[in-house]
Amino acid sequence: MTSRRSLALASVAAVVAVAIAVAISFWIHWFPAQATTQAQNTDRLYHVLVLASIPIFVLVVTVILYSVWQFRMKPGEELKDGPPIHGNTRLEVFWTAIPTVLLLGIVGYSFVVLRNNEKKPAREIQIGVTAQQFAWTYQYPPSVTGGAPLNSTQLYVPKGESVEFSLRSKDVIHAFWIPAFRVQEDVVPGITTHWRATPIRLGSYPVVCNLLCGLGHSLMRSTVHVVTPAQFHAWITSQQSAAASGAGGLSTTGAATG
Amino acid sequence: MAAKLRAPGFYRAGIMMLGGVALATGLTWLVRMTTGHATYSHYLSGDAILSVSLLAVPLAFLIGIGGFDYWFYWAAGRPTRPEDHSGHGAYSWKDYFRVNTDHKVIGVQYTVSSFFFLLVGGLIAMLMRAQLAQPGSHFVDANTFNGLFSVHASLLIFLFIIPVFAGLANFVLPLMIGAPDMAFPRLNALSFWLLPVAGALMLGSFFAPGGAFADGWTAYAPLSDNAPIGQTFFSVAVQFAGASSIMTALNFLVTIITMRAPGMSFFRMPLLVWANFATSLLVVIATPFIAASQFFVLLDRALGFNFFNAAHGGDVLMYQHVFWFYSHPAVYIMMLPGFGIISEIIAVKARKPIFGYRMMAFSLLAIVALGFTVWAHHMFTSGMAAWIRIPMAITTAIIAVPTGIKIFSWLATLWRGVLHLDTPMLFALGFLTTFTLGGISGVMLAMVPFDIHVSATYFIVAHIHYVLFGGSLMTIFAGVYYWFPKMTGRMYDERLGKWHFWATFIFVNLTFGPMHILGLQGMPRRVSTYAAKFTDLNLFISLASFGLGLSTLVFFYNIVTSWRGGPRAIPNPWRGMTLEWQVSSPPPIFNFDRVPTVVGGPYEYGVPGAVHGIFAPAPAPAAAGAAASVVRAPSQ
Ligand code: HEM
Ligand SMILES: [Cu+2]
Ligand SMILES: [Cu+2]
Repeated sequence: MTSRRSLALASVAAVVAVAIAVAISFWIHWFPAQATTQAQNTDRLYHVLVLASIPIFVLVVTVILYSVWQFRMKPGEELKDGPPIHGNTRLEVFWTAIPTVLLLGIVGYSFVVLRNNEKKPAREIQIGVTAQQFAWTYQYPPSVTGGAPLNSTQLYVPKGESVEFSLRSKDVIHAFWIPAFRVQEDVVPGITTHWRATPIRLGSYPVVCNLLCGLGHSLMRSTVHVVTPAQFHAWITSQQSAAASGAGGLSTTGAATG
Repeated sequence: MAAKLRAPGFYRAGIMMLGGVALATGLTWLVRMTTGHATYSHYLSGDAILSVSLLAVPLAFLIGIGGFDYWFYWAAGRPTRPEDHSGHGAYSWKDYFRVNTDHKVIGVQYTVSSFFFLLVGGLIAMLMRAQLAQPGSHFVDANTFNGLFSVHASLLIFLFIIPVFAGLANFVLPLMIGAPDMAFPRLNALSFWLLPVAGALMLGSFFAPGGAFADGWTAYAPLSDNAPIGQTFFSVAVQFAGASSIMTALNFLVTIITMRAPGMSFFRMPLLVWANFATSLLVVIATPFIAASQFFVLLDRALGFNFFNAAHGGDVLMYQHVFWFYSHPAVYIMMLPGFGIISEIIAVKARKPIFGYRMMAFSLLAIVALGFTVWAHHMFTSGMAAWIRIPMAITTAIIAVPTGIKIFSWLATLWRGVLHLDTPMLFALGFLTTFTLGGISGVMLAMVPFDIHVSATYFIVAHIHYVLFGGSLMTIFAGVYYWFPKMTGRMYDERLGKWHFWATFIFVNLTFGPMHILGLQGMPRRVSTYAAKFTDLNLFISLASFGLGLSTLVFFYNIVTSWRGGPRAIPNPWRGMTLEWQVSSPPPIFNFDRVPTVVGGPYEYGVPGAVHGIFAPAPAPAAAGAAASVVRAPSQ
């Protein structure tokens, strides 16, 4: 096969491979439920990254496979050498400059996403998160409860409102991660860390400790319930009356003060 | 008998180690008694004796085996016999089990013992995957599981990848630059013997009360501050492994700078030499930081210094900054030597000069410099000051540029070459493929909002195994096959080598590819059980990983049988130009019976009549045994 024809064939194969890979990348369910605006932004960023990566990877593999196909040693060439090409400055500048621009471009885009994800909205509620080997407890301040502060082992958040979590640890480092929200941050003894997210999808999602914290780390799980604002306030009220009447509230308040 | 106990060797080492335990016992007893601390109910504490023994016994072993003999003689004013080569070279297998100053022997010692740790670390991985094949399984308990992944990672990082590269370079690098040995042969011997010590400590931790260290290879404080005594094994082992790295790196730097053959300018050095030059710079600058991080933990644990105790003003994040200031450069310590290996193999096997040689050298130096500016990308979710993420994300993205340059240069070297697709070359091409994927996931991780989702998940596990298994280990396999004839004087079995390659390539992707999805879906790393929805993928991964484990056995079988009975190797089976191929396989005891002179670049394939090195006229070739008298002796 002449080299021009084989090159054309390889290019076609590469384009087809890119098309197939792109199709597959849309077909795969990469992420769990998209439960916050942050999740939407981050997932979009991820898809852009995948789309940008596919042609690069296909290019590398195509060159390798093409070389194997066209340039592999044939019988009788045992002592043959290739042409003594030492380099090509234009080409080298090109493959330094283009990736630099591309990388700075996507890192710039990621900063835009980061700022949008972390921007403080006009209205926001605060919820405290306390980590302790190997359980989570949650603190709802008066600004949220409209009354006495509430400690609970349960996490409820209202849909459509930005929530800022303030994370504190009583012992070692943990990480407060809600995969459906696409956000996590370490919970560090001695300092308070924060993250925020705006839930947009009703449902219950896993809360995961994502930093090795000891023997029970694998089981340090909880659940976040995204509910309507009305349900949220109803839940707060029910918890407060339970706490006031003692009976049901003992365990939850007990855990938080212990 | 008395002479045997006085001479350096395992007998003397055994006696000295007993002395080490006695010393530790006496010392802790004395200190606890004299300080008379009220809380001490008695003067003898098992933990205290064990902690001090962990330092004293390995040092006693090193003294006993003879690692320091020369310097002790010198310090005591006794005659030091500088030109005595009694410790140089191997005449029987026993010479591999003593302090030996021959870089070729040390290279083999390093490589073989590192592969032993690969075998152990790999077996541990199999146990982990057995546990993870099903959620909620009780194959091992949580404490054992945490110990398994911690020892697995620590062994494979500190006792396999880092030292195996040092071993291969130990063997080849002096040959490549036309030197008779390393600059400091005795230091070289000591660096090697530190490794079994570090390995024994890490494995020994399984027998410690409370089990092996179980906080991951990252050993984050304050968890590591309060862990059982197994953690101290890790903190001390890292000191020995780190000291070994630093000594070897210094040795490489001095050797490269001062012992190149006449005519070998920096820009005539093979890229493997460049790569080890760059790596050694990283090692000497960065490694003291991990030593420091573990000393902090040690002092916190043993003496209550409160470096990382927030309740007493300690700073928890400081641990991570110091740790990653080493451990990010360390990922390049685990990659650059492999880049060097790939450059050698691709040039020889494609029969072409490396495309853009100077850019290949400069990109290594760029990685060294940039490598020190990105460490906090491991801390994007750590709770550190938010602004640090911005510069670190930019530098992390930029460090992919020199890495990309290297990949493009290798591809351009393949182009229009005459490709010899034997085992080393297959591994080189496999490396290009899988490493590119690992680089791509690395760049994704530089994107802060995305990293905030996947940090510390199985996505990270996927990334590190693509770069370390698909990257580093592929280059190591390539290098071992490539230099096997030179190191052993035998040829390996090509058919088994190809089987090994294809099995590795397929099972690496089947094992580590699906881990990306697990991480994105929400599965954390370092867990012994997981949510039911991850079951299918995990079972698949476990099965694939057993295939990967079996593929390694093909490699070990090939190496062992070929070493024992493979066909004899000719001096230059690959028709390479670099100097190591211009001497016999294995090389003469002092490498070059005649000092080579370098007259051209190392990769002038296809240039009519080009040579890299010539042997200057010298007296009639001496017999191997008498060779010592005609070559320069290794300097002190
Ligand atoms: C294109 C080059 C690379 C980039 C941009 C990159 C980027 C990153 C980033 C941002 C992380 C942190 C992720 C997190 O923990 O949240 C990471 C982790 C890691 N990378 Fe890379 N990486 C690259 C190449 C490499 C190479 C060549 C190696 C080693 C051979 C390597 C080994 C590791 C390891 C071991 C970790 C995980 C450490 C741990 O947490 O245990 N990376 N990489
Ligand atoms: Cu945890
Ligand atoms: Cu890094």
